[in-house]
Amino acid sequence: MQKYSIFSLIKNSFSNHQNWEPAWRDPELKKEYDVVIVGGGGHGLATAYYLAKEHKITNVAILEKGWIGGGNVGRNTTILRSNYMWDANGLFYEYGMKLWENLSQELNYNVMYSPRGVINLAHSDAQLNVFARRGNSMRLNGIDAIMLSKEELITKIPFADFSNSARFPIFGALMQPKGGTARHDAVAWGYARGADNLGVDIIQHCEVTGFDVQNGKIIGVQTSRGNIKTKKIGLCVAGNTSLLASKLNMKLPIESHVLQACVSEPVKPFLDHVVTFGAGHFYCSQSDKGEMVMGGDLDGYNSYAQRGNLPTLQHVLSEGVAMFPNLSRLKMLRTWGGIMDMSMDGSPIIDKTHIEGVYLNCGWCYGGFKATPVSGWTFAYTIAQDHPHELNSKFRLNRFHTGHLIDEKGVGTKTWIG
Amino acid sequence: MLEIKCPYCGKRSQNEFSYGGDAKIKRPELGKEISDKEWDNFVYYRDNPKGKHSELWHHISGCRQWFKVSRDTASHEIFKTAKLDEDL
Ligand SMILES: Cc1cc2nc3c(=O)[nH]c(=O)nc-3n(C[C@H](O)[C@H](O)[C@H](O)COP(=O)(O)OP(=O)(O)OC[C@H]3O[C@@H](n4cnc5c(N)ncnc54)[C@H](O)[C@@H]3O)c2cc1C
Ligand SMILES: [Zn+2]
Repeated sequence: MQKYSIFSLIKNSFSNHQNWEPAWRDPELKKEYDVVIVGGGGHGLATAYYLAKEHKITNVAILEKGWIGGGNVGRNTTILRSNYMWDANGLFYEYGMKLWENLSQELNYNVMYSPRGVINLAHSDAQLNVFARRGNSMRLNGIDAIMLSKEELITKIPFADFSNSARFPIFGALMQPKGGTARHDAVAWGYARGADNLGVDIIQHCEVTGFDVQNGKIIGVQTSRGNIKTKKIGLCVAGNTSLLASKLNMKLPIESHVLQACVSEPVKPFLDHVVTFGAGHFYCSQSDKGEMVMGGDLDGYNSYAQRGNLPTLQHVLSEGVAMFPNLSRLKMLRTWGGIMDMSMDGSPIIDKTHIEGVYLNCGWCYGGFKATPVSGWTFAYTIAQDHPHELNSKFRLNRFHTGHLIDEKGVGTKTWIG
Repeated sequence: MLEIKCPYCGKRSQNEFSYGGDAKIKRPELGKEISDKEWDNFVYYRDNPKGKHSELWHHISGCRQWFKVSRDTASHEIFKTAKLDEDL
């Protein structure tokens, strides 16, 4: 692999950057692999990388029906955090934060990890109390958390509406200083390049259409480019999980929903942190190019459309304007949507299944980007060792049967409440 | 924007409605002895097809009636709507 550094940059500038090696190969599909990963999003790529790197399993293929980075990994708002209350989530995501810290060095690819701090605004005394409780739970798990007063907030996010006449006045906030953002495309490309370098075959434009199961055991995968043999498969297909699981006669506690995001025209530095509105569901940060990156609620009905509807966007942005009134003056550049795998308790599933050799990675809801490294790391372990790692030992599929749900506040589909 | 035909009020814009999910789910009958598995299915498992889906909607900012909708989850085409005691 050609290493990226200041020296390779200088060297290549002499030939007008015409001679860079491709970041990964475009290999032929082989007839047989030890492990097949379905889905070349962040989680599939990271899983293959750690299978090769940590478990020395290198006869691996990633089958991607579109192109690397075309799914949710290239559609998210890139927020990284581990500000969870329940141990299962907190410890898992915090391990992920540790991986983020060194990811650029690990992959020799600048993922632009930016620990700019994630601020959750509180708009009442009760909400401040709830946040203090969450912050204390975080600290007990070794996660960084601080409470901010209104005065401290005024210095950090001066453009927010701090007036008492605001519809939802700002009382204070919970902040995770090490939370922040990373460049999503770079994460996909960096893992792809790293996995390829270790021998993994990345096969783009190859859709998995079915499976060969014999005596309760996986023996092969059917694809749009022919059938291949394998002993193990890992499903990392985000919003399409139910469709592939149904080909294995499995029904999952998952619904597919569309989540939208949008960016504004670029403006001068205006917001140094990631900020979430506490009286609704809105969050924003400013990209390095100066665009405001914003998102919020699901459209709210099952969807595989990868595009959303205006009423939700309007609703989300009106929350944004309530928080930062001057956002109302910005023009929107782009909006888009991605299909989320919403689990019934809002937490992920990283587990084996009742079919030998079939492993499941899904249920990421709104928040799977930040999990990319740790999801890949634990899923690779689960596939290689045929049992979950301690970090994902609570993210079992049977928890919906045993009652050990991990129902972190209101991020599931919530349909079972209504 | 979806346009949904409430069986009671007629065509209205999506803003007036809220979503209630899979319409095929049936609460187990009161007092009937059922297995854990049946409870799990009722509480956590939903149809999640790409294509035709029967679902519940609530005309929450209108007549406040619940009703059934047959909709395509990929194209968002709405094929039919019906009252709860009617067939889709
Ligand atoms: C608008 C939006 C904002 C978000 N914001 C955040 C955020 O701020 N922070 C955060 O942590 N998370 C966020 N998320 C969630 C996060 O993006 C996802 O949870 C995560 O990317 C999912 O994992 P993935 O990267 O592997 O998925 P994907 O990139 O979607 O990968 C799945 C891949 O599987 C492929 N595939 C599907 N079916 C098949 C098949 N049959 N054969 C072969 N390949 C197949 C797809 O083409 C796709 O490339 C957001 C998501 C969206 C849509
Ligand atoms: Zn009505």
